[in-house]
Amino acid sequence: MSARALRRQLVSRAMTALVVVLSLIAVLALVLILGDLMVKGASSIDWAFFTKSPVPAGQSGGGVANAIVGTAIIVGLAALIGVPIGVGAGMYLAEYGTGRLGFAVRFIADVLNGTPSIVVGIVAWTFIVKPTHRFSALAGSVALAILMIPMLARTTEEMVRLVPNSLREAALALGYARWRTSLKVVARTALGGIVTGCLIGIARVAGETAPLLFTALGNLNFSLSVTQPMQTLSLQIFVYATGPFEEWHRLAWAAALILMGLVLTLSVAARWATRRRYGTP
Amino acid sequence: MTVVQWGAVPAPRAEQPKVPSRWQALRGADRSDRIYKFALTLLALALPVLIIVMLGVLLVNALPALRRFGPSFLWTSAWDPVAEIYGAAPMIFGTLASSFLALLIAVPLALGVAILLTEFAPRSVRQPIAFLVELLAAIPSVVYGLWGIFVLIPFLRGYVVPALKAVFGWTPFLQGVFYGNSLLAGGIILAIMIVPYIAAVSREVLLAVPASQREAALAMGATRWEAVCSAVLPYGRAGLIGAVILGLGRALGETMAVTMVIGNRHDIGISVLQPAYTMAAAIANEFSEATTSLYLSALFEVGLVLFVLTVAVNAIARILIWRVARGTPAGSSAL
Repeated sequence: MSARALRRQLVSRAMTALVVVLSLIAVLALVLILGDLMVKGASSIDWAFFTKSPVPAGQSGGGVANAIVGTAIIVGLAALIGVPIGVGAGMYLAEYGTGRLGFAVRFIADVLNGTPSIVVGIVAWTFIVKPTHRFSALAGSVALAILMIPMLARTTEEMVRLVPNSLREAALALGYARWRTSLKVVARTALGGIVTGCLIGIARVAGETAPLLFTALGNLNFSLSVTQPMQTLSLQIFVYATGPFEEWHRLAWAAALILMGLVLTLSVAARWATRRRYGTP
Repeated sequence: MTVVQWGAVPAPRAEQPKVPSRWQALRGADRSDRIYKFALTLLALALPVLIIVMLGVLLVNALPALRRFGPSFLWTSAWDPVAEIYGAAPMIFGTLASSFLALLIAVPLALGVAILLTEFAPRSVRQPIAFLVELLAAIPSVVYGLWGIFVLIPFLRGYVVPALKAVFGWTPFLQGVFYGNSLLAGGIILAIMIVPYIAAVSREVLLAVPASQREAALAMGATRWEAVCSAVLPYGRAGLIGAVILGLGRALGETMAVTMVIGNRHDIGISVLQPAYTMAAAIANEFSEATTSLYLSALFEVGLVLFVLTVAVNAIARILIWRVARGTPAGSSAL
């Protein structure tokens, strides 16, 4: 082998190694973050953590029961508002989205997907908190629903597009109307994928904090009323992490572990289900 | 309205009352089809309406500040709620500086991941690595912030900053005392957060490069790296730039993690060791305590600038990505 060929081979090897090292750094970041969460969070979790509400600052003990329930309510309500609109828009894109409107909606959905969530918080504040003169869980849910819609529209479209056209043709040939074909054959076939997309969307907004800062606001007491301020895990982590007390920091790690567990369970389960169904990543 | 008539002539009238004819069934289907399409169209229209409403809300509420300060809002530095003088230059600077710092760190890592996953890695490990990197995108922002405060900043203070100062301490970028909350910490946290987005979109772009490009280069005697470098990357260049710009869009609008580690100081400084501020952080910190209507309006204007900036950046990114992976919804599965 000539010196030149040898050099080229060496460069190729070196660059391959560099690419591997860069990827390892990226994966290492994940391992470090999850590792720290496990180590620092797990030691603080006990039964009271799940069943008690926070105690006044400076005292030890207490839990985040109010935040866990609040997260469930706010995110659940957001899903109730956001899922029908997002999935419907996605069905439109998949079934009728070939024209100019389809292109525009698709483009806007992609652009909205990158919109800062804090801006969505401002919008929800303007429409709900300002006229009612009250921070409320409902305003937080609306903000999260707005965040969910473009995400769900795009994933639903992708999932529905995976349905083979022959199924659609078969149903139409049997005399099914188009709407019936669309709902009973196409949407039903893609149902697993659509549910997966919804789970991922829910997981994504469950960890959101910024749009809740001046909508749901946070609440140190246990509250079930959606017209009142409500606590979520993410807000609780923010307050505890930036607060001055050691005890708060400990609870912040524990709450972060719970939130992370919730988000990861949802998204891992969702991805696993899709892989099984379509054999695609 | 055109109705396809199939079968023969409609049945004689005498039989009609009991069983609706096929023609009528089809007519009914046609009507319900239109209702179905109309309903879906309404739902789809929610998205354009949403973006217009968001822009409208920000614009209308920012009007008092827009009228009072005019365009100089963008390049003046005063932020004085008592004197009611507001200028967003420090936040705009901090937003851009932290995002570019993040890109500087994230782009090599993300491209490394994308190239490894499409070109070099054995098939069996591609899926697990892609999955792990995507998990980074699933971690909530506030958890990144928590990690940044209690793990990253002590690590930077203990090991990274002394080393950096020893080598590059003479540059203007590393002046001053490092207290922890700083542009550097914000940039690094942002970098970790945007790696999965850039990597996932880059990977899809590289996957869309036809295999014949690689094969041609290899057949000409190129090494594997030369094939990547001379055939694959140039082919996907527009899409890769799009992926990077998409990451930039994420970084510009990221709020919680940055708010928690960047220091939140209204100041323009070129040293990455000093605290800074971003537009998103300013809104997060000050919105609910804005006491006067002009203060609130100024924050709305900050939101307007941020919104317009991110929409523009995202639009450019999408157009670039669509040019490469035409018709395929590249990137959205990664979001």
